[in-house]
Amino acid sequence: MIPAKFDYIKASSVSEAIGLLDKHGDEAKLLSGGHSLIPAMKLRLSRPEILIDISGISGMNSITEDGNEIVIGANCTHAAICNSDLINSDLNILAQTAKCIGDIQVRNRGTIGGSLAHADPAADYPAVVLACDANIVVEGKNGSRTIAATDFFLGIFTTSIAEDEIITTIRFPKVANGNYQKFFQSASRFAVVGVAVVKEGSGVKVGVTGVAGTPYRATAVENAYSGNSDAASHAIEGVEDELMSDHFADTTYRAHLAKVYVKKALEA
Amino acid sequence: METYIGKSVKRREDARFLKGAGKYTDDIKLPGMTQAAFVRSPYAHAKILSVDTSAAEKAEGVVAVYTGSDACGTYGVPCGWQVDFKDGETMREPLHPLLAKDKILHVGEAVAIVIAESLELARDAAELVNVKYDVLPAVTCPKKAMESGAPKVHDQWGDNAAFDWCIGNDRAEVEAALASAHHVTEMNYKNHRVAPNAIEPRSYIADYDVNADKWTLYTSTQNPHLVRLLMCAFALGIPEHKVRVVSYDVGGGFGSKIYHYTEEALLTWASKEIGRPIKWTSDRTEAFLTDAHGRDHIVHSKMGFDKDGKIVAHLTDEFCAMGAYLSTFAPAVPTYLHGTLFQGVYTTPLIHLNVTAPFTHTVPVDAYRGAGRPEATYLLERIVSKAAKEMNMDPAELRLKNFIAPFNGTTEPGYQTQVALQYDSGNYHASLKRGLEMLGYEDFRKEQAEARKNGKLLGVGISTYIEGCGIAPSAVVGSLGARAGLYEVGHVRVQPTGKVSVFTGSHSHGQGHETVFAQFAADKLGIPMDDIDIVHGDTDQVAFGMGTYGSRSLSVGGSAIIKSIEKVLEKGAKIAAHKLEAAEEDLEYAEGKWTVKGTDKSISFGDVSLTAYVPHDYPEGVEPGLDFSSFYDPTNFTYPFGTHIAVVEVCSDTGKVTVKRFVACDDVGNVMNPMIVDGQIHGGVVQGIGQALLEEVVYDGEGQMVTGSYMDYAMPRADDMPMIETDRTTTPCPHNPLGAKGAGEAGAIGSTPAVVNAVVDALAHMGVTDIQMPVTPQRVWKAMQN
Ligand SMILES: Cc1cc2nc3c(=O)[nH]c(=O)nc-3n(C[C@H](O)[C@H](O)[C@H](O)COP(=O)(O)OP(=O)(O)OC[C@H]3O[C@@H](n4cnc5c(N)ncnc54)[C@H](O)[C@@H]3O)c2cc1C
Repeated sequence: MIPAKFDYIKASSVSEAIGLLDKHGDEAKLLSGGHSLIPAMKLRLSRPEILIDISGISGMNSITEDGNEIVIGANCTHAAICNSDLINSDLNILAQTAKCIGDIQVRNRGTIGGSLAHADPAADYPAVVLACDANIVVEGKNGSRTIAATDFFLGIFTTSIAEDEIITTIRFPKVANGNYQKFFQSASRFAVVGVAVVKEGSGVKVGVTGVAGTPYRATAVENAYSGNSDAASHAIEGVEDELMSDHFADTTYRAHLAKVYVKKALEA
Repeated sequence: METYIGKSVKRREDARFLKGAGKYTDDIKLPGMTQAAFVRSPYAHAKILSVDTSAAEKAEGVVAVYTGSDACGTYGVPCGWQVDFKDGETMREPLHPLLAKDKILHVGEAVAIVIAESLELARDAAELVNVKYDVLPAVTCPKKAMESGAPKVHDQWGDNAAFDWCIGNDRAEVEAALASAHHVTEMNYKNHRVAPNAIEPRSYIADYDVNADKWTLYTSTQNPHLVRLLMCAFALGIPEHKVRVVSYDVGGGFGSKIYHYTEEALLTWASKEIGRPIKWTSDRTEAFLTDAHGRDHIVHSKMGFDKDGKIVAHLTDEFCAMGAYLSTFAPAVPTYLHGTLFQGVYTTPLIHLNVTAPFTHTVPVDAYRGAGRPEATYLLERIVSKAAKEMNMDPAELRLKNFIAPFNGTTEPGYQTQVALQYDSGNYHASLKRGLEMLGYEDFRKEQAEARKNGKLLGVGISTYIEGCGIAPSAVVGSLGARAGLYEVGHVRVQPTGKVSVFTGSHSHGQGHETVFAQFAADKLGIPMDDIDIVHGDTDQVAFGMGTYGSRSLSVGGSAIIKSIEKVLEKGAKIAAHKLEAAEEDLEYAEGKWTVKGTDKSISFGDVSLTAYVPHDYPEGVEPGLDFSSFYDPTNFTYPFGTHIAVVEVCSDTGKVTVKRFVACDDVGNVMNPMIVDGQIHGGVVQGIGQALLEEVVYDGEGQMVTGSYMDYAMPRADDMPMIETDRTTTPCPHNPLGAKGAGEAGAIGSTPAVVNAVVDALAHMGVTDIQMPVTPQRVWKAMQN
C-alpha cells in the first residue's frame, strides 16, 4: 500500500492549476479530497508523476444562492453539503445523498467535484445531478464552459471533461420535492443501486446510478409516470445490455433492485 | 480481603491499548533495520519460466534480492499434523517452499523478496523484478479438484487428495439404518471460505546478531515457542537455543497467527545473509492473499429419524479444501477437530463421516475461530432444524427429544460419543430452556404469525451447539496424528518482597490474559492483583508454551499456573511452619498468611517470601527461593455448549436480512471474569453472523481472488449487528482445577446456524428449505423467487 513516486504541487488558484495541467499533460492529476485517487495510487493502479493539489484554492469551497440556483464549489466536502442550511432547505435531495456516502472520515475529506470527475459507476452524486438537471461548470485554458449533467457522464470512470479542464462549480436548480434512495453494497457501502427522483408539477425526473456502467436518466419511467409508482417497471429500459454484474448483484438481481428502488423513490 | 474470581475486573491491558500505546511488531524500529517487499504471483497456477532480478538489484537503496533459486529456495515450512489415508497411504506432504522456484500454486505466492533501505524503495524495486510465467488452468473448489481431469496441484501424485479419512460407526450399518428410517433429511451445501481478518496484519522483524551468533524474531503470533520449534527444527535447521522469538502485543489472530509462515523463516534466514535486521508487515490485500483461510467444506449429509422424531443415523460425505500446501494444523481441522463433534448434543446412535481433503490452487486453509467445530455445528443444527420443518415438528421440541440427558462428570460418568470423544459434563436441556425463556419463544411464534398476515417476514432460528476445547491431552492427540504435545507451561516466580511474576506459554492476542490470569492467581495466593504481573510472548522469558488457540488458555494454561501456585504454597508452608515453630499439618493458609489453627500466630506470604530468599533462619533440607514451573497436560478436552437463538426480518422486496434479536445462553464452565467472557461471546457471535450474512472469499474460474479488499469482502460492521443478549448456565468442567471450559470460540460456533435457520424459517411458508451461505440479499431474493 505504498504509491509509486510522485511530485506534489499545491496550486493557489484555478488558473495556476490549469496552467500546471496544461504544462504536464497526462503525467499530472488533480488532487482534491484524495479519497478516490489516493487508494488507487496506493494499489499502484494509478501512477501520476505529479499531483496538483487544488484543495487549498480559495473560493472553490463555497455554497451560495444565485437566484433560483444553488452554486456549489467543486471542493465542497460531502460533510459541508450535509451541514449546509441552504442545501438542507432548498436542495434537500443533495444533503440526503451526501449523508449516505461512506463514513464520517470519507465525508470530511471527499468532495463533490472529485466524485463527479472520478465518475465511479457506483458513486451516489451522479444520480442526483442527473435528476436535478444540474450543470457542471469547468474551466480550462480556453476559458470556461458549462456541461449539462446529462452530457457529463460518458462511461465507467469517463466524463466529458477535457484533460486541461477543472471542475470549478456545480450549479443546481433549487428542488422542493426530491429524494434519494440507495441500496448499499455490503462491503464497500457504495451504491448497488441509487435512485434520485425529483418531482415537478405532474412530472418526474429520475436519475439512476450503480445499475449500468454509465449513470442514466430513466426517461422511460419519466414518460410513463402518471402520478403513482407503476412506472417503476420501466426502470432499466434502454440500459438492458449495459447492466453491471458482480458477486453481490448479478444482472437479474440488479435489474430487480433498480425497479424496487425507483418505486421506492417515486413513493417517498 | 478482596477476591477477584467471578468479578468483571477491568482489563489491565486496555490502558495501553486505548491510548494507542500498545507495542505491536510494526511499532518496533531497530537500528540499521531494512524493509522487505515481496514479489507475488498474480496467477493461481503457473510455471515460472524465468525470474530476472537484475534491474531490481541495481535499484536505489536495494540491499538484496532473493528468489527460489537461492539457498532459501530449498527450505520449506512443515506441517504439524499427520492424517494418513484410510488405506494406509501416508499423508501427501509437499514441500511448502519459502519462495516458489519452478511452479506457482496460488495467487499471492511469493516468487522473490526484495530487501531495501526503506519500504518505499523495496516496493519500487519489487516492481522491477521481471517474472515470466506460463499460466496453467487452476482448480479452487475441493469437490472439482477430485474430479478426473482436474488440474493437478502437485504433479507428483496421481490425484489432488492430500488424504482421506473417516470416523464413527461402520458405514454399511449407518446406511442400513438410514434405508429403514421413518424419515430422512438431506442437505447439500458449501460451508464457504472466509478470511480471518485480524485487525493487525502479520508483521515480522528478523535480527541476526553476528557477535552473539543469535537470531531474534519479533513476530505477531499466537504461538511464539511453536514458531521457534518449527522454524529451528524443520524449516531452517538452526539451533533452537540460539533463537529468541518475541511477540509483544498481538492485534487478533482468530487462528490465522497460530501457524509458522514462510515469511518468518525467510526473513530469519535473510537477516543472517545481509547481517542486518529486516522488517516485513503485510498489507491488507497481502493478508487476504496469504493468511490461512477458514472453512471451505462441500457437504452432503443425510440424517434419519424414527416415527417419534428420534435420530437413528447420520451419514456425511465432505470435500474439505487444504489449499495449495498443508498449513501447520490444516489436516486436523476437517478431521479430529470436526468429525469428533458429530455427536453434537444428541443421542444419535449411528454416525459416519467420510472426508476427502484435496489440494486446491488457493491459499492454505487452516483453523479459523472454532476450527472444524463451527462446520460440524452448522451441519448438525441446520439439518435438525430442516428435519423439524419436514416432520412438522417444532425445532425446539425435536432438539429436546434428542438431547443427551444431563450429566455432571463427577458422580455421573462422562458421555461416550460414537465419534471417539467422551464429553466431560453437560446439561443441554437447561441451556435450551433458558434460551427459549430469554427470547420469549411462545410469544414470538404468535408475533410471527401475526406479522406474516401483514406480509412481514419474521423468522426464528435455534442452534444448540457443543464444542471441544481445552486442547488437548498430548497422548490422545499424538495417537491422532499431532506431531506436538498440547500441554501448557505455567511458571510462578515469587520475588523476595512477595511480589509475583507469572510466566505463561498461553500468549494473549487480545483476550485479556494479563487480567484474568492475575485474577485467579491473586485469589489462589491470597494477595492483591496488583502484586502479580503476567509475562508472556517471549521465548527467552517463558520456559516453553504451546500458545493460544482452541479456547485453551484458561483451562490448560491456567491449570499449569495453578499447579505452580500449589507448589509455591506447599514450599511456603514448610518455611512458615519453621518460622512459626509449628507442624505443617497444623497450619492453614488463607488471605495471604499461614496461621496456626486455633491461634492468632501467623506469618504473611511476604515474610515467607523474604525468608525464602534470605534463608538465615530456615528449615533444614529445604532449598532457598520460591520459584516453580509446571507443565499441565489435560486429561480430556473440555466441552462448552450453549443455545443461540436469532430472530431475523427479511425484506420481501430486496431479500435483505436484518437480525432483530440475538440471544446467547452459553455454558463455558466456571467464569473468572464475566465481562471478558461476554466480550468473547460478542466477538464470536459477530464473526459467526458475519459468516452467515456477509463474509465470503470468492475465487473466480482462473483462481483469481475476487474479494481481495474491503471493497469486495464484506466485514460485519456495528450497524449490521443486533444487541446481543447474553446469559449463562454453569456446568463446571470436572477435570481441571478452575472448572473452566473455554469461551473464545463459542460465539462463532453457535451463531451461524441460528441465523441461517431463522432466515429459512422466515421464508418457510414460501417453500424455501435451504439457502447457501452467506445469505446475501441476492441469494435470499432468488430463493424467494423459486
Ligand atoms: C472508504 C470509502 C468509502 C466511500 N464510499 C462512497 C460512497 O458510499 N459513495 C460515493 O459516491 N463515494 C464514496 N467514496 C468515494 C468518495 O466519495 C470520494 O471522496 C470521491 O469519489 C472523490 O472525491 P475526492 O475529493 O476525494 O477526489 P480525489 O480522490 O482527490 O480525486 C478523484 C479524481 O477526480 C479528479 N478531480 C478531483 N477534483 C477535480 C476537479 N475539481 N476537477 C476535475 N477533476 C478533479 C482527480 O484528479 C481524480 O482523478 C468512498 C471513498 C472511500 C475511501
